[in-house]
Amino acid sequence: MSYRLKMRLWRGDRSGGELKDYQVEVSEGEVVLDAIHRVQATEAGDLAVRWNCKAGKCGSCSAEINGKPRLMCMCRLSDFEPEETITVTPMRSFPVIRDLVTDVSFNYEKAKQLPSFKPGPRDADGKRRMAQIDVERGQEFRKCIECFLCQNTCHVVRDHEENKPAFAGPRFFLRYAELDMHPLDTHDRVELAQGAAGLGMCNITKCCTEVCPEHIKITDNAIIPLKERVVDKKYDPLIWLGNKIGIRNKDNDGRTTA
Amino acid sequence: MSQTDDRHPMTGNRMSSDEAAGTAPDRFGGIEQHSYDVIVIGAGGAGLRAAIAAHDAGARTAVITKSLLGKAHTVMAEGGIAAAMGNRWKEDNWEVHFRDTMRGGKMLNNWRMAQLHAQEAPERVLELEDWGALFDRTEDGLISQRDFGGHRYARLAHVGDRTGLEMIRTLQQRLVELGIDVFMECTITELFKTPATAEPSRISGAFGYWRETGRFITFEAPSVILATGGIGKSFKVTSNSWEYTGDGHALALRAGASLLNMEFVQFHPTGMVWPPSVKGILVTESVRGDGGILKNSEGKRFMFDYIPEFFKAETADTEAEADRWYDDKINNRRPPELLPRDEVARAINSEIKAGRGSEHGGIYLDIASRRTPEFIRKRLPSMYHQFKELADVDITAEPMEIGPTCHYVMGGVEVDADTQASPAVPGLYAAGEVSGGMHGSNRLGGNSLSDLLVFGKRAGEHAASYAAEVADSRTGLDPAEVKAAEAFALAPFELDGGENPYTIQHDLQLNMNDLVGIIRDGAELQAALEGIEGFKERAKRLSVEGHRQYNPGWHLALDLRNMLIVSECIAKAALEREESRGGHTRNDFPGPNPEWGTINLVLTINEAGDGVTLTRQPLPVMPEDLKTLFDTTGAAK
Repeated sequence: MSYRLKMRLWRGDRSGGELKDYQVEVSEGEVVLDAIHRVQATEAGDLAVRWNCKAGKCGSCSAEINGKPRLMCMCRLSDFEPEETITVTPMRSFPVIRDLVTDVSFNYEKAKQLPSFKPGPRDADGKRRMAQIDVERGQEFRKCIECFLCQNTCHVVRDHEENKPAFAGPRFFLRYAELDMHPLDTHDRVELAQGAAGLGMCNITKCCTEVCPEHIKITDNAIIPLKERVVDKKYDPLIWLGNKIGIRNKDNDGRTTA
Repeated sequence: MSQTDDRHPMTGNRMSSDEAAGTAPDRFGGIEQHSYDVIVIGAGGAGLRAAIAAHDAGARTAVITKSLLGKAHTVMAEGGIAAAMGNRWKEDNWEVHFRDTMRGGKMLNNWRMAQLHAQEAPERVLELEDWGALFDRTEDGLISQRDFGGHRYARLAHVGDRTGLEMIRTLQQRLVELGIDVFMECTITELFKTPATAEPSRISGAFGYWRETGRFITFEAPSVILATGGIGKSFKVTSNSWEYTGDGHALALRAGASLLNMEFVQFHPTGMVWPPSVKGILVTESVRGDGGILKNSEGKRFMFDYIPEFFKAETADTEAEADRWYDDKINNRRPPELLPRDEVARAINSEIKAGRGSEHGGIYLDIASRRTPEFIRKRLPSMYHQFKELADVDITAEPMEIGPTCHYVMGGVEVDADTQASPAVPGLYAAGEVSGGMHGSNRLGGNSLSDLLVFGKRAGEHAASYAAEVADSRTGLDPAEVKAAEAFALAPFELDGGENPYTIQHDLQLNMNDLVGIIRDGAELQAALEGIEGFKERAKRLSVEGHRQYNPGWHLALDLRNMLIVSECIAKAALEREESRGGHTRNDFPGPNPEWGTINLVLTINEAGDGVTLTRQPLPVMPEDLKTLFDTTGAAK
C-alpha cells in the first residue's frame, strides 16, 4: 500500500528559516527517515539531515516530529493517519546548523568535563571479576546511544540557554550514575555530580525518561539514586558529624571523594 | 587543535572565512591548516584504537571522521569480540582460534595476521575492561563468552547484543580522557605525497572539507592511518550505513597503494527482509549462537542439507546432536546453522530460489520455539526491540523473516602483517575493514571487532614510530596540489543541469546487487563492468543544487567517485577469479580450485588514473610449525 505523504520540513540555517511543504510517495512499513530521504533524492538534494545506521542504534537522526522529540529512523509512518501532515523540525535546545541538523557540540563539551573511570589493579591472574548482577545497573545506562533527545527535552536547558554552563543534563547524569555504580571504580563522584554537573537543578519531571528511545529509566534508576546519595552525605546528621570531626572520610564502599 | 579567534560562532570549528573575503593570508588561499604526527581517518573501533595507540606512543594525533564521534558503523556490531580467553572453555587457546579463522577464510588468509590476531585479541579485550567496558559475566565473574559461527568454542566477549556500542563508547571515552583531537563531520577527499625525487615518494598529508560549513581543511602529517571501514553502500541490500562508500580503499588506490582480494564480499546470512524500508538491516548471528535455527516454508530445518565436505567432520548431522552441542561441546559437533557465514548465506539463497522462501522472500529464523521469552529478551535485547519497533514482530513468540545482506568486505588495502603499513606508500597505514588479508575469503563473526582492536593498536604504534623517524624531513604541503584538490572537490558545482548524483548511486547499487552479488557469473560480471564504465561517464556530468553548507547532495557526489572505483575493483577481481571460495561464488566455476588457493589478486590504479589494473601475486606461505595445526586438506587436525 502506498500513498502520497504530506510533510512540512523546516528549511533554513542559523540566520532563520521556515517550514516548507513537500509531498512524496511512501509505502507500507516505512519510517519518517525514509520519507525524508525520498525528498532528498527527488526534490531537495541539499536537504540537510544527519543519520547513520537507520536502525535505532547510532542515535544520529534525532529531530522533533509533530513537536515530539524522536529518532526519525524509529518513527513509523503507520503511527500517523495517511492524510495527516507530518511536521519535522530540528531539535530545539541546540543551535541549528542547517535544516534538520543541529549543533550538538554542547554534549561533547560536557563529556570532556567528566572524570573518567578509575579502576584498581587487575586480579593476580590478569583478569577482573565482577558479578553479573553488579554490572547490570551500569549496563542499563550504557545502552545510551547518545541521541541527545533527553538533553533536548530537559526543561532545565530547553528554553534556558543560561543554565547550560552549569548543567550537564540527563545523558551525563547517566554517566555519573554508571561510574558511581561501577563495581570496580575507586572514586566517589557524588559531590562532583551535585556541584559541577548541576544535579540539583533537576526536579525529576521525568521528561528525559519519556523520550529515551532505549527506554532507559533515566530518572528512576540514575538521577534519583544519585540525588539520594547526595542527600545521605549532606544531610544525614551522623554522617555530617563524622565528616566534620574527620572520622568519616570515605563512603560506604570505602571510596574517597574524587 | 590550536586555538584562535577565527572560529565558527556556533560550533567552534576553525574558519577559512578570509578566503571568501578575498584576503587570503597565506599560501593556501586561506584554507584552514593543521599539522600532526599521525592523522587517523575514521572513528570506528580501528580508528579510535589506533589513535589511542599513536597518542600513547607520543605522537601528536588527530582523528578525522565523517560523522559525529561515537556514531561509527562499529555501533552496529552486535554479537561480540572473538578472543580465546578460555573463560568458558579452558580448552580454547590462540591456536584453536587461529585455526578456526584460517578455515573460515578457506585458507586464503594472511597467516601472520591471523596469528597475531588470535594471540593478541584476549589482552585487547581486557584492556577495554580497564577503560570501563561492562561485559556480561560468567558465573565466576569473568567476561562471558558466547557461541558464534565457525568458532570451535564459545569465544565472543559480549554485552547482550550491543557489543559494538559498548566498544565504541569505551574507546570514545578513553579518547576524550586522553584529550586526543577529533575533527567531527569532516571528510577527507585526497591524500598528499612528497614529490617523487631521489627518495621514494611518501605521505605528506591530507585534504578534506567540513561537512557542516563546506569549507576546506588541510592536514600536514607524515603518517596517515586509514580506518574508514568498508564498501557496502555500493550494494542495494546492505547492512552498512551511508558512510560505507569505500573512501579509504579509494584514497589508498589513488595514493599508489594496492588493494588485495576485493572479490571477497561477505553477505551476512541474516538481514531483515520486511518491511521494505528496513531490508538489509542486520540480524545478529547471536540469534543462532544462542540456539536459533533456520527453517524454510515447509518448516524444514534445511541447513543439514548444505554441509560442505570441508566442514563435515566438525558439523553435526542430526538435530539431536546439534541441540546437545550447546551444553556439551566436547562430545558433540556444531549445528550446521553455525557454519561460516558464506556457507549459510548460500544455503539460504538456494532455498529461496527453489521456491521454499517465506512470505516476503526470506527464510525463517526461529528462536521463539527454542528458548524462553525471558532468555531471548535478556540475551538479544536489541533484536527484540528492532523487530518489535520496525516490523511489528515479537521474536519471543514468532519466527523472524531474514535473508542475505551485503555486510563486509574481506578485501582491502594491502598491508604488512606486523605494522599495517602499505608496502607501496611509506607513511600510509590501514587497519580494520579497510585493510585486506586478515580474513582471507570469508570472515568469521566476532573476528571483526577483535581485528579492529589488534590491528588498530599495531597501526597506531607503527605510524607513530614512523612519524618520529621522519620528523626532521617533513616538507609541508605543495600549494599547487592543495589548489588542485580544491578544484576537484568543487567540480560538482560547476555544471548546471547535469545528472542528480542520487540517481547514479541508485543505479550503481542495483548493478552491484544484481550482477556482483552473492552468486556470480562471468557474463554478468562482464555486464557489471560495462555498467560501471557507463556510471563513470555519467558521474563526470553530474551537478548538485544548493551551496556548500551541510549539503548531502554534494557530499554524495564526492563519495560517488570512491564507490565507482571500488566497485570496479570488486567486479574486475570477481571476473578474474575463476573458482568459488568463501565470499566469492561463481555459477560457472563451482567449488574451490587448489591453484587459486595460493593466489592473491592485487589491484592498483592505472596510469591514466581512471581505472584499475589487476595482477596476480602468490599468497604468503604458512611456516611449518603452524601447518601442523591442519591436515593436508586444510581440515582441522
